[in-house]
Amino acid sequence: MDILSYGAVELSAAIKEGKVTAMQAMETVLAKIEEKESEINAYITVDKESALAAAKAAQQKIDAGVLTGALAGVPVAIKDNLCTEGMLTTCASKILGNFVPTFSAEAVVNLEKAGAVVIGKTNMDEFAMGSTTETSAFGETKNPWNLEHVPGGSSGGSAAAVASNECFFALGSDTGGSIRQPASFCGVVGLKPTYGTVSRYGLIAYGSSLDQIGPLTKNVPDCAAVLEVLATHDTKDSTSVKCSDTDFTSALVEDVAGMKIGIPRDYFGTGLDTEVKEAVLAAAKVLEEKGAMVEEFDLSLVEYAIPTYYTIAAAEASSNLERFDGVKYGYRSPEFDGLHNMYKKTRSEGFGAEVKRRIMLGSFVLSSGYYDAYYLKALKVKAMIKKAFDDAFAKYDIILGPVAPTTAPKLGESLSDPLKMYLGDIYTISVNLAGLPGISVPCGKDSKGLPIGLQLIADSFQEKKLIQAAYTYERQRGAFRMEY
Amino acid sequence: MANVISDETIEYVGILAKLALSDEEREQAKKDMGKMLDYIDKLGELDTTGIEPMSHVFPVQNVFREDVVTNGDLCEQTLRNAPGEKDNMFIVPMTV
Amino acid sequence: MSLQSTKQYETVIGLEVHVELATKTKIFCGCSTAFGGAPNTHTCPVCTGMPGTLPVLNKQVVNYALAVGLATNCEITQYCKFDRKNYFYPDNPQNYQISQLYLPICRNGHVEIETSEGKRTVGIHEIHMEEDAGKLIHDEWEDCSLVDYNRSGVPLIEIVSEPDMRSAEEVIAYLEKLRMTIQYLGASDCKLNEGSMRADVNLSVREVGAAEFGTRTEMKNLNSFKSITHAIENERERQIDLLESGQQVIQETRRWDDNKEYSYAMRSKEDAQDYRYFPDPDLVPVYISDEWISGTKNSLPEFREEKMARYKKEFDIPEYDIGIITDTKHMADLFEETVAICHEPKKVSNWLMGETLRLLKEKSMDAEDIRFSPANLAKLIALVDSKAINSSVAKEVFEVMFEKDIDPQQYVEEKGLKTVNDEGALRKTITDVINANPQSVEDYRNGKEKAIGFLVGQTMKAMKGKADPGMVNRILKELL
Repeated sequence: MDILSYGAVELSAAIKEGKVTAMQAMETVLAKIEEKESEINAYITVDKESALAAAKAAQQKIDAGVLTGALAGVPVAIKDNLCTEGMLTTCASKILGNFVPTFSAEAVVNLEKAGAVVIGKTNMDEFAMGSTTETSAFGETKNPWNLEHVPGGSSGGSAAAVASNECFFALGSDTGGSIRQPASFCGVVGLKPTYGTVSRYGLIAYGSSLDQIGPLTKNVPDCAAVLEVLATHDTKDSTSVKCSDTDFTSALVEDVAGMKIGIPRDYFGTGLDTEVKEAVLAAAKVLEEKGAMVEEFDLSLVEYAIPTYYTIAAAEASSNLERFDGVKYGYRSPEFDGLHNMYKKTRSEGFGAEVKRRIMLGSFVLSSGYYDAYYLKALKVKAMIKKAFDDAFAKYDIILGPVAPTTAPKLGESLSDPLKMYLGDIYTISVNLAGLPGISVPCGKDSKGLPIGLQLIADSFQEKKLIQAAYTYERQRGAFRMEY
Repeated sequence: MANVISDETIEYVGILAKLALSDEEREQAKKDMGKMLDYIDKLGELDTTGIEPMSHVFPVQNVFREDVVTNGDLCEQTLRNAPGEKDNMFIVPMTV
Repeated sequence: MSLQSTKQYETVIGLEVHVELATKTKIFCGCSTAFGGAPNTHTCPVCTGMPGTLPVLNKQVVNYALAVGLATNCEITQYCKFDRKNYFYPDNPQNYQISQLYLPICRNGHVEIETSEGKRTVGIHEIHMEEDAGKLIHDEWEDCSLVDYNRSGVPLIEIVSEPDMRSAEEVIAYLEKLRMTIQYLGASDCKLNEGSMRADVNLSVREVGAAEFGTRTEMKNLNSFKSITHAIENERERQIDLLESGQQVIQETRRWDDNKEYSYAMRSKEDAQDYRYFPDPDLVPVYISDEWISGTKNSLPEFREEKMARYKKEFDIPEYDIGIITDTKHMADLFEETVAICHEPKKVSNWLMGETLRLLKEKSMDAEDIRFSPANLAKLIALVDSKAINSSVAKEVFEVMFEKDIDPQQYVEEKGLKTVNDEGALRKTITDVINANPQSVEDYRNGKEKAIGFLVGQTMKAMKGKADPGMVNRILKELL
C-alpha cells in the first residue's frame, strides 16, 4: 500500500505492526515535499536532518514498547506561529525572520510526547492576519486542487500540506476561521476546539481571547486522535481549562439518531454561493436520513459578528505585537536615529501591509476617547452573540452551515479589497467570539472542482458531539481525495 | 464615508503604534481605516444598555501560581536571539 | 530668591507610592526576585516578553496587596482584574505593562499621620497590583543604553493617595506611616535607596481659600526623604513663580535631578501618554471571597501603636526605648523573641538600645539588616549573667555576633575568653603585677584609692581581659 494514502492513525498502526517504519514514512513525506514544494510552497522551514533523526528516535521508542499512542511515528507539520525549540519560527513575517525559540509550544510538546515527528513549519498569513496565505513574507501558498487559487488562510500552509500529502496531519491556529476556512478550501478536516481546550502557551498571539490551536487532518478519526493528544490542562496558560471528557476517539460512532441539528437561516442569505449552499444542504440531508432531527432557525446578530471581531482582534493584536521592536529578538532596522526612530523603522520595515493595517486600527479603537465607543461596545455585542448561541444550544446539539460563502478565490483577488476579504469570515468568526468548537468537513466540489466545506458547531466543550456528527457524515459521504 | 480620518489622526496613531508610513501608505491607511470604522459603526445599531462587556467567554477565575522559584539562570537563552548584546545585556539606542 | 507678591499660597500634594513586594518570585513567572545578581540571570521567556509566552499570577502578590489594603482601611474589590498599559520603552519587554486600571484590588482607604501640627487623615484613592520594569544602564562610551531584565516582572503595588497633604512634613509622615505599616506586614522592606519603595509626587498650588485645585505636575525619580523634601519645596516655588509672573502651570511629568537640585519636563512628542488600557485577555479575574478577606484580616500583625501600648504594660523599660524598639518590626520581633527565651526585657533592651544602635549607626545600616538571632543574644546575656564572661569581653563577643551571627557560647569556648575563676592562677598574676608596679602600690598604701584602678587594669591586661573584675579587686585589696 502507498504509504501516503494512510491516514495518521492508520500509519501509526502500520508502523506498530512493522509494515512500515517511521523513517520510511518520513522519507516518503520528504520526497513528496521535494516534488511538490516548488509549486505549492506549503512550508517555510523543512529541517530534513532533524526530522529524520527524530523519526529514528521515535521508531526506537516504538520498538522498545515505550511509545504506544495513536500518533507514534507520524510526521506532522506545524504552523509557523507555534514556537518550536531550536527551529526557526517566523509567523511568516520579516520581523521574526531569524527568530529561533528556546522552548516549544505546549501543543507541540504534547505531540512530540505522543511520538509524532515534526517535519517543519508551514506557511501562513503574516501573524495569522488574513484569509488567503497571501500576506506571508515568504510568498503565497497555492491551493493543491488548483494552483491558480488560494489555499485559504491563515493556516493555508498546513491545509495545503495535508491536502497534497506533504504531511500526515498538521497543526493550525484559528482566531476567526483560520483552521476551518483553509480546511474547507483544501478539502481536508479542520477543527477549532473550545477556547481553553488546547494550551496557547507557545502560540505567538494574534487575538488572545479568540486564538485556539487545532488539528488539520485527512479524516475525522485522525482529527479526534490529535485532539485527544492536544487537550491537556496547562498551568502555564491561565485560560487553559481542565476538561474531564477528553477521550474524543470514543465519539467515533456512526450514529446521529435523535441528534438535534439547527440550520441558521441567517447563514443562507445573500452572498452565499449557490453551489456551496446546495452542497451544505445536501450534507444536512444526509444527516437527516441517518436519523438526525434537522430544522431551520434564526440565530440572529450574524451581521454584527465581523465588526465585533475586527474591533476586538485588532485591539488585542495592536498590543500583542508591540513586543516586536528590534530590542530582544527578530529584525532590527540597520539604520536609525535614536530609540523611537529605531522602533518605527524596525516595525515599518518588518511588518507587512495587512499587519500594519490591523495594528493601526487596533491602536485607534483603544486610544483615548474611543475606548468606550469601539472596544467596550464590541465586548458588549460579543456578550449578545454568546447569548444567541446559548439560546440556540438550548434547542440544538449541533448548528450546521457553510464554512465560507464561496470556494477558494483566485490568487490576488482578495487583497485588493480588505473589507471584502473580511466578509468571507462571516460564518466562522462568531464561533471564536463565543469560544465554541467548530469543525470543517469536505462535503463536495463546485463546478471548478474546488472543495466545499461543511461546518458543524457545538456548544462549549461538546467536541464529542461534533466529532460524532462529523464522523457519521464522513462515513456516509465516502472517500474524498484529490486525484493525482 | 462617514468616518474621515485626518492626517493628524494617522500621525497620532503612528506614534502610538510606532509605525512610520510613507505618503502613499498614509493615504491608503486613511481610506482603509475610515472604511473599517464605518463598518464597525454598524454596532451602534444595537442597544447594549445594561449588557456587561464580556472579556472572557467562560467564568474562569483565580488561576494562580504558588510563590516558588522554578527558574534557574536562563541568561544565555534570554540573549540568544538578541539583535545587539553587550555584557549580557541588550543594546538599545541611548535612552537619555 | 523669587520675587513674590503678598498672596498666600497653599501647596496641595498627592502621592503615588510604588512598593516592591517581598515575594520570592516575580508576579507572573517563577524567576527569583533576589536583589542584585548578574544582568539577565533572573530572567525567563515570560519576563523578557518572548513571543508565545503567557503570564500566570503569583498568589502571594494578591495576599500582600490585600493585607496592605486592609491595614490602610481600604474597601476590597472582590472581583478585580488586570489591564494592559501600552507604551513603548526598552525596560518594558512586552511594551505593555500588566497593571490594574478599571478594577484595582483596593479603593477608598485612609491612614492617620502625626506631624508637628497634630493628627490628620490622608485618604488612599486606590491600591493596584502591577509588574516592575527592567533596568537601563547607560554606556556613555559606546553611546548606547543596555537593558537588564532582572527586575522586569518583580511585583509592585502602587498606592495612590488623595491630594490630602499640604507640606513636605506631611508627605514624609505619610511615607513613614506607609513604610512602617508595610514593613510590619512583611509585605516589603520599603527601602527608598534600593528602590523597593518609590514615591512620585503630584503637586499643585492655589491661593489660600481657593475652592478649585491648581494645575498639578508629577515629579519622578525621588530616591530619599531628602530629595522628596527638596523637590517639593523647589516645585512649590517654581509653580508660584509661574503664577506670579502671569504664566500657567502646565500639566506634565517632571524628572528630579538630585545632584543639580532641579526638575525638568520629561515629555516628548513620541510619548503620547495615551496608554490604551484594556483588560488583559491572558489573565483571568481574581475573586477575593469573604473568607479570604476575613482570613487575611485575622492574620494581620499587631501594629506599632498596639505594640507600644502592650510593651508599656508588660515590660518595665523606658518609654523612649519602647519607641525605638517598635520603630521597626524586625527590632520588635528580635526583642520579643529574645525576651521569650531569657525573660530579661531590661537586659535585652539594653543590648538593643546600646551596642546594637551604636553599631548600626557606625556601619550605616538599617534595623532590617540586623543579622544576629534572638537565640544567640539570649545566650550572650546568659554568659554575662553567669559571670562566665565579663562585660568588656561580652561587648567584644557582641561585635563579632553582630557581624556574623556566631554562637557566643561556642565562640567564647573556642577563643578561650571565659573568665578565669582559678583563684590560685589569679593570685599569682596579681602578685606579679604588685611586684612590677611598686609606685602604684605605694600610692595606694598612702591613701590614693584610685591607684587600685591602675593595678586592676594591669591585671586584666595580663589576664587578656578574662578575669572577673570583682574577684581581682577582692584579691588585690587582700594582698595589699
